[in-house]
Parts: sequence; structure tokens; C-alpha cells
Amino acid sequence: MTIKTVKDAINDALVQSFEEDKNVILMGEDIAGGKGREQYQGTQDAWGGPFGVTQGLYTKFGGERVRDTTIAEAGFFGAAIGAAMTGLRPIVELMYVDFAGVCFDQMMNQAAKVRYMFGGKQKVPMVVRTVVGAGFRAGSEHSQTLYSLYTHIPGLKVVAPYDAYDAKGLLLSSIKDDDPVIFMEHKRLYMTSCEVPDDLKPIPLGKGRIRREGSDVTIIAIQRMNLFAEEAANELEKININCEIVDPRTYSPLDEELIFHSVKKTGKVIIVDESNPKCSLASEISSLISEKCFSDLKAGVIKITAPHTPVPFSPPMEDFYIPSTKKIIDAVKKLKDV
Amino acid sequence: MIEKEKVYWIYKKIFTIRFFEERIKKIAKEKIVPGYLHTCIGSEAICVGVMAALNQDDWISSTYRNHGHAIAKGCELNEITSEIYGRKTGICKGRGGSMHISDFSKGMLGSFGIVAAGPAVVLGAALQEKINKSNKTCVSFFGDGAIHNGAFHEAAGLAKLWDIPMIFVCENNGYAEATATDWHLNTKELSDITKAYDMLSYIGDGNNVFEVYDITKKAISEAKQKNTPIFLEFKNYRFSGQYEGDTQLYQPQEEIDKAKQNDPIKLAKENSSKYGLNENDLEKIINEAKADVDKAFDHADTQPWPQPEDALEEVYVNYPVEINT
Ligand SMILES: Cc1ncc(C[n+]2csc(CCOP(=O)(O)OP(=O)(O)O)c2C)c(N)n1
Ligand SMILES: [Mg+2]
Repeated sequence: MTIKTVKDAINDALVQSFEEDKNVILMGEDIAGGKGREQYQGTQDAWGGPFGVTQGLYTKFGGERVRDTTIAEAGFFGAAIGAAMTGLRPIVELMYVDFAGVCFDQMMNQAAKVRYMFGGKQKVPMVVRTVVGAGFRAGSEHSQTLYSLYTHIPGLKVVAPYDAYDAKGLLLSSIKDDDPVIFMEHKRLYMTSCEVPDDLKPIPLGKGRIRREGSDVTIIAIQRMNLFAEEAANELEKININCEIVDPRTYSPLDEELIFHSVKKTGKVIIVDESNPKCSLASEISSLISEKCFSDLKAGVIKITAPHTPVPFSPPMEDFYIPSTKKIIDAVKKLKDV
Repeated sequence: MIEKEKVYWIYKKIFTIRFFEERIKKIAKEKIVPGYLHTCIGSEAICVGVMAALNQDDWISSTYRNHGHAIAKGCELNEITSEIYGRKTGICKGRGGSMHISDFSKGMLGSFGIVAAGPAVVLGAALQEKINKSNKTCVSFFGDGAIHNGAFHEAAGLAKLWDIPMIFVCENNGYAEATATDWHLNTKELSDITKAYDMLSYIGDGNNVFEVYDITKKAISEAKQKNTPIFLEFKNYRFSGQYEGDTQLYQPQEEIDKAKQNDPIKLAKENSSKYGLNENDLEKIINEAKADVDKAFDHADTQPWPQPEDALEEVYVNYPVEINT
């Protein structure tokens, strides 16, 4: 048992996957960094991506398998698809999910559809590792989550771990998975840590997790929102309200059973999602619940999300944009009296 | 010979940008402002040289590394600084931050955080100028790293096909993040990539503000006369890291030291007498630039924060449903 940050847990999962399977490769911009001049060569492997997550892989496994790319996302995403179809297991890094736009076609129309459209003969075992999330004062083009953009596409799997344990276990599975997986890492969670067993087994995709048991209200929390849900639950416990926190962990496939089970128990549901509200995970999960658990509900489902705006830069506005512990507490109190 | 007033303007801007960025480096270290900060130390001559050839209402696009462009294009220092501080009176009302400093009323179409997003937007502005038989110059600034992105190539191809007299300005500062140009280029010269589009291109010393000015001025008139896009590559050196806080381990000290011999500010100082400025003039300009920068940072610090709910404003021009949480 070791205490690990999310960042190190992801690095561990990458190293382990590289060691276990020689077909695993990694491509992305400055995932090593330091590709230098002929005349003056600075430190190689100087970056490991902007958050240092992949640092050391180039040194350990070499430039053939750990490839820095140019700023050509459509190119190396497309390349990952072809490489995956013909036997490799590529992992590509989309530095920020906000850059999805420049290589969305590759995921939406090729990676996602190759298997189905060509008669089920092919598979595309690739992973897109990408960084999501607000709260970094990074402005409108470096702060989105966009979970539902990928979740919407049949053929893609979508994973978004909250803690280091899940990050490692889910990344191990994602790399072994035979379908294209979008693996979303929250920039505000990289330095958070928890216990991670050294021999942690892959965590199957499509299995959610009850982070806290409770009988009064179900809080379904998306990725970083688990932090606020936990804080809210701790506060509410003091006034004898017991919250159950459900972390779906993967959004496609989604562990509907786990969610419904909790809803049946409490009859009161709050969904907390950092994304914009329209056609979001929050609205998807809410609609599933009202369809499948209507008679169990004691009140309408409450969604706590970002507003329908881009992510603003300035701290007071960005803090307002992100769902908060207080909003969760208020919502729970409202439901308590129902 | 360029007129004294212009020389003065050029020197004032070039020093203002350098002092501004040095101040940014300082507040970044002291963690006074939140978020990412990309400084353009080493790009001053390109920002100012190109802008000296433009009118205030000509169109440009910039990137996350935009402070120099914004200052040279005439954006208010107070408003730029307040934006970086996240204040309500900032140039984008605190919604953009350092990466998106832009004032449409000063001819800035935008400072885009997505690499290579700018050229196509400028192409569109230039198309508008053509259709409306107007004559504003249209310039897109981007880096050496951007030339690998499809969006750049699509804009270049269309600009040539449509005979659009826009100017592509590539700042070849030796690095795209932690990757050196030597490593990422496929061609000998960066501007060789324009050969595929049969596009005119010129290479200039990006450290020499007067050379940049000269080349840009000529390119603008040639582009308009021949109805063709022109690609300008200005070579310089990125003294700053990719962003403030970057360890820059991949930039060897030897290389930095060598580049310092051609620091654009150093060259400007050395050339000043050639352009009719004496020691006193230079000192006066430097002092003014310093004072302006100091004033702007002092100003920003006193400015009000936006209200949280201000986040909900101006998502659309017109939206019949109230946006709330
Ligand atoms: C489409 C896209 N991919 C990646 C990035 C991340 N990124 C930001 S700046 C940068 C390097 C750009 O280098 P260059 O074009 O040379 O401009 P410079 O920073 O040197 O001014 C990268 C890869 C981005 N902003 N947009
Ligand atoms: Mg560059």
C-alpha cells in the first residue's frame, strides 16, 4: 500500500502497461519534451506533458514508443487509429480536452465507427488521455470538461476517474480494452492522493462506485464533484442527514444498476456535474432515473451544474461557474423536508 | 527614411512591451495573478515592426502569447493589465484573462488559445474587405509550431486560391513549447512550406524592428498590388519559457547566451542614433515606457472584481431565455 497522487498513479499505469505489452505506444505534444537543436541539445524528457504526467517514459522506453509529435492532432489521432487496427495499442495525449475540436472527426467518424460500419471485422484499441476541468484560472479554451461530447458517440467509451486508485485501475483497463476509450484526467485532481495498492488489478469499465453509504439522499457526483459531495456529506452528517455518494466513474458504459439501486433506497437524487447543463451527463442520468425509477422518486431530480456559458477566467466568476459544496448542501436540505 | 514621430513610436512601444513582460514575469513569480501567463520577451521587434506598418483599424489575430501584439496595436495598457488581474474593467471584462487579451475596436479579431485558429479567421476578414472593396490590411500572427496544423494549411490554400491579399506572419522563435524548431521542421527554411501553395514568402530578422517594419510594409503593398497572400517568417528567440513557471531545461544556457547577443531591445538601442535618437531621447523614452507600465500595474491592482453573476452575460447577442444556474 502506497499513498499516490493521481498524477503518479497514471504514470504507474502507463509504465506497467508499457512493460506488459510491447504494442503499447504513446504519442502527443511534448509528452517527452526537449526535442532539441542540432547544435545545442537541452534536457530531453524535460516536460512529460504540461503536467509532467508522462515524464520518464521516454527515458525508460525510448523514442520509438514514446513519440513527441508536432501540433498536428488530426494527424496523430488518425495515425493512432490505423496503428490500433493493425496491432498496436496506441495512447494519444490530447493536451487539453478543449482541443477536441481540431481532431474530433478522427474520434467521431473513424475511431468510433470503423468496427460497426465495416462489418465488425476490425477493432480500434486506442486510448485518448486528455485533461479536463475548470478551477485553474485557465480561461474559456483550457477549462472545459466536455464529457458528454464523447459520451454521445456510439463506439467510444468514456472514463473519468476521481482518485488515484481509480485512475490507475481504470487506465490499466482502458489500455487493455479493445475499443477506443477517452480517458479524462481532471487538472485539479492530479496532485490529490490516496492509497493505491502496488498490485492493483484493472478496474472494469462500466462499474461505478459507492463512495459513501447513506440512506437519506443520493448524490451522484461526476469526477471532481465527488470532492464537493464528500464535503457536503460531512457537513450534513452533523445535522443527521446521511448522504449516499455514487461515483459512476465511467460514462459510457454507465453503471445504471448501481445508480438505480441507490435511488430506490433514498428516493431523492442530486446530480452534480461540472459541465454545461444542456445535453450533459447530468441531464442524461436524470432522464434515465425518471424513466426507470419514477415510482421510487419522492421528489424531482435536482441537477447542479455549470451554467450555460463558457468558462470565465476571473476567479469570482469561475468560482460561480463551478458547482460548490454550498449548492449541494442547500439542495440536500431542500430535499430533506420533502 | 522614416519620420521621427514613427521612430519615437517604435521605440516607445518596444520598451513598453519589454518592461510590461518583465513586470509580468515578476508578478508571476510572486503569484499575484492567477492562471497561465505567456510572455513574449524576444518578440518585441516583430510585434512593433509589423504594427508600425499597419493602421489602427487594420485587422490582426493573435494567440495566447498576445501581450506584445495588444500593446503594439494600441490596446489600453490599463485595460490589458486589469484583464490579466481578472478585474471587471479589464479589456475583456475579466472573462478572457491573459491568454485572450483582445480589443475589437483596435482591430483585434481575437487572441485565440487554440494553435493555428487565427489564420482562417483573418482570411475571413480579408475576404470581407475584398467583397466590400475596402482596403484594410489583414494580418495573422502565429508561431513556428502552428505551421504543422491543418487549420493553417487550409487557410493558406484558400487565401491563395481566392487571391486574398492577407499577410501571414510567422514568428519563428525557435520553439513550440518544449520542442525546438530544428527538430520539428521538415523543410530547410520554415517558409518553404508555402511552396505547396505557390505563395510569396520573405524571411526577415525578427530581432531588428526596422527590418521587420520594412519587410512588412513592402509585403503589404505587394500583396495588395498583386492580389495575393504573402507569408512572412521572422526569426527570433523565445527568451521566456512556454509559460511563466516553465523550467526551460530544454533551452541550454549556451543557446540563451548566444541569442542574447541579438536581443531586439539591445539591437534597438544600438541602432538608435542611426534613426535620429540621441542619448537623451532614448532615456526619455525608456523612462516614459517604464512609468506607463508601472502606472498600469498600479491601476490594475485597484480595480474592482467582477460580480460572480457577471459570468452569465453576453453569451449570445440575443437569447430569449434567461441563462442561470
Ligand atoms: C490545437 C492546439 N494544440 C496544442 C496546443 C497547446 N499549445 C499551446 S502553445 C503550443 C506551442 C505553439 O508554438 P508556436 O506556434 O511556435 O508558438 P509560440 O508559443 O512559440 O509563440 C502548444 C502545442 C494548443 N493551444 N492548441
Ligand atoms: Mg514558437
